[in-house]
Amino acid sequence: MAILVNKETRLLVQGITGHQGRFHTERMLNYGTNIVAGVTPGKGGQELFGIKIFDTVKEAVDVTKATASIIFVPAPYASDAVYEAIECNLNPIVVITEHIPIHDALKFVNLAKSRNISIVGPNTPGVISPSKALVGIMPPHIFKEGGIGIISRSGTLTYEIADALTKKGFGQSTSIGIGGDPITGLSFIDVLEMFKKDKQTKAVVLIGEIGGDAEEKAAEYIKDNFDKPVVAYIAGRTAPPGKRMGHAGAIITGKFGSAKSKIEAFKKAGIQVADYPDQIADIISRLI
Amino acid sequence: MPKRFVKGGLRLKLYEYEAKEIFHKYDIPVPTSALAKDLEEAKKAATKVGFPVVVKAQVLVGGRGKAGGVKIANDEKELEEIAEKILGMKIKGERVTAVLIEKKVDIKKELYLSVTVDRSKKAPLIIASALGGVDIEEIAEKYPEKIIKRYIDTEIGFKRYIGLEIANKLNVDLNKKVFSKQLEQLWKIFEDFDAELVEINPLVLQEDGTIVAADAKMIIDDNSMFRHKDFEEKLEKRTAEYSARELAARENGMAYVELDGDIGIIGNGAGLVMATMDVVKLYGGKPANFLDVGGGASAERMKKALEIVSSHPNAKVIFINILGGITKCDDMANGIVAATRELNLSQKIVIRLIGTNEEAGKKILTDNGFHALDSMEEAAKKAVDLAKEGE
Repeated sequence: MAILVNKETRLLVQGITGHQGRFHTERMLNYGTNIVAGVTPGKGGQELFGIKIFDTVKEAVDVTKATASIIFVPAPYASDAVYEAIECNLNPIVVITEHIPIHDALKFVNLAKSRNISIVGPNTPGVISPSKALVGIMPPHIFKEGGIGIISRSGTLTYEIADALTKKGFGQSTSIGIGGDPITGLSFIDVLEMFKKDKQTKAVVLIGEIGGDAEEKAAEYIKDNFDKPVVAYIAGRTAPPGKRMGHAGAIITGKFGSAKSKIEAFKKAGIQVADYPDQIADIISRLI
Repeated sequence: MPKRFVKGGLRLKLYEYEAKEIFHKYDIPVPTSALAKDLEEAKKAATKVGFPVVVKAQVLVGGRGKAGGVKIANDEKELEEIAEKILGMKIKGERVTAVLIEKKVDIKKELYLSVTVDRSKKAPLIIASALGGVDIEEIAEKYPEKIIKRYIDTEIGFKRYIGLEIANKLNVDLNKKVFSKQLEQLWKIFEDFDAELVEINPLVLQEDGTIVAADAKMIIDDNSMFRHKDFEEKLEKRTAEYSARELAARENGMAYVELDGDIGIIGNGAGLVMATMDVVKLYGGKPANFLDVGGGASAERMKKALEIVSSHPNAKVIFINILGGITKCDDMANGIVAATRELNLSQKIVIRLIGTNEEAGKKILTDNGFHALDSMEEAAKKAVDLAKEGE
């Protein structure tokens, strides 16, 4: 089981010959991810780590039957890469690239949604289904197969929490970073719906942060539609309003997007909120 | 990813006169005006524009009206007094270096109009209201029924029927077809300039049913600079609202936000750094800053981070929280050692270091008289205790 990616995933890497693409392709291969092709315009016909490289996604899919894509293409060219993957019906499309203009993201995120394609990111560490597939840039040794689903807006904070969960004996079904940008493809609710149907997932850890109202909406959704135990953690209680805290999406605007509002929404929905990262595993152990 | 710009809270806001130049090019009516940088220029501008004029401070911070940065001058004598005063002002710390001298318009009614991005709905959003000229958030709170919100389907974009729909809802006496065309132009600006916000407040409705943009605000997405080279330069220079430490961090590819506590914070990853600040607060401490060294940082960058945070006048303790993934613990340890050797740091340092190359990193630290902790919570407690010791 697990969600989004597993042993059946036939992965295509867009931007495979760049510095980041090359580095993470090797790590994903070492983890056992089934990478079937790479794309770098102008480098068709070459090979990297034994993987065939194509000029276009269409050619790569025709030859290798790739089913999903991970994108390491620099921001100015990233949206073209996403359209190429959408047109070839690759699903999911994991967009690692940071600093993609918001107008570009708005357009491809909505197009993908209308075609029932899941976009993870932009500005995401990716997805890992431990022991099955790594489609991302996270340090995989921190994760272990198990029953906890993780959804997060950040990278290292997720590693921090996953590491603590693993050490206390709680492995993960799938851990997904939805992205640190203001506009992302999958939202908390989209992923919760997937975890709801996934038999391997017994409980969910939701890691949010300041900015927007995705956490408040997730709290409302969980209250009425989600039966598995959920523990939430919100970063940014000490963040001042009007400042972007590293992630483009982590900004309190006026009275909107504060940690307080999110924590209250979860508590109101009867969802436990951890005060510090290490507390999450303790709460999980009481809930399951 | 190539880091052309690092977002440490930097947003490219345009001055009113810059936004109005763009409006003018897109056939959105704006009052006749001229920019003036000193008294002589102001007098010339007023003569050209014709009295009565409005003298408007050109600043990027909000609330200039309340601060006395917008005044009406009926003749040259009044103009001299007002222009001299405003040109010497500081509004919320920002020095006024130019004023816009603008023809005073006849006001029948003040409206509000903007195009922005709604994160929640993942869609562009047009907001309009017949109650303009005041703080729109206040209106939204007090009279939510007076706010017209129209989301735009990104696969359809703006069409003129949307303008007619909004004009009808506004229910004021304006030329609907002309308004709709002008709203289309505003939408074009929003798209062409990669704007996060294009706002007209007030949009003045005149006796003849035509409209004129009495104010103009634009914020451009700094991630889009690769296709707006002319703005890229502006962004580089538009640094008045940022502190020296924010700018130094940015030049070195790091995100920094200044706070007023006494525990300096350095970490890798925005979420982790925010969580580190929160844990410090939870144990009774006060963070002095937010500093994210970013993914895969070098020893050199860690050294620079320590240099920046240690220059914070209130920082008594510096708490470094590293969870190595792409970032390597030995690189971070080398950066810390180099910084303490070369800079004369007055602060005590608390280090939490786990992850990639952890053992090598810890050995470097131990060999140089540091002790790294494993737990973020434990390290936060220690940092708080050390900060209190000094009191």
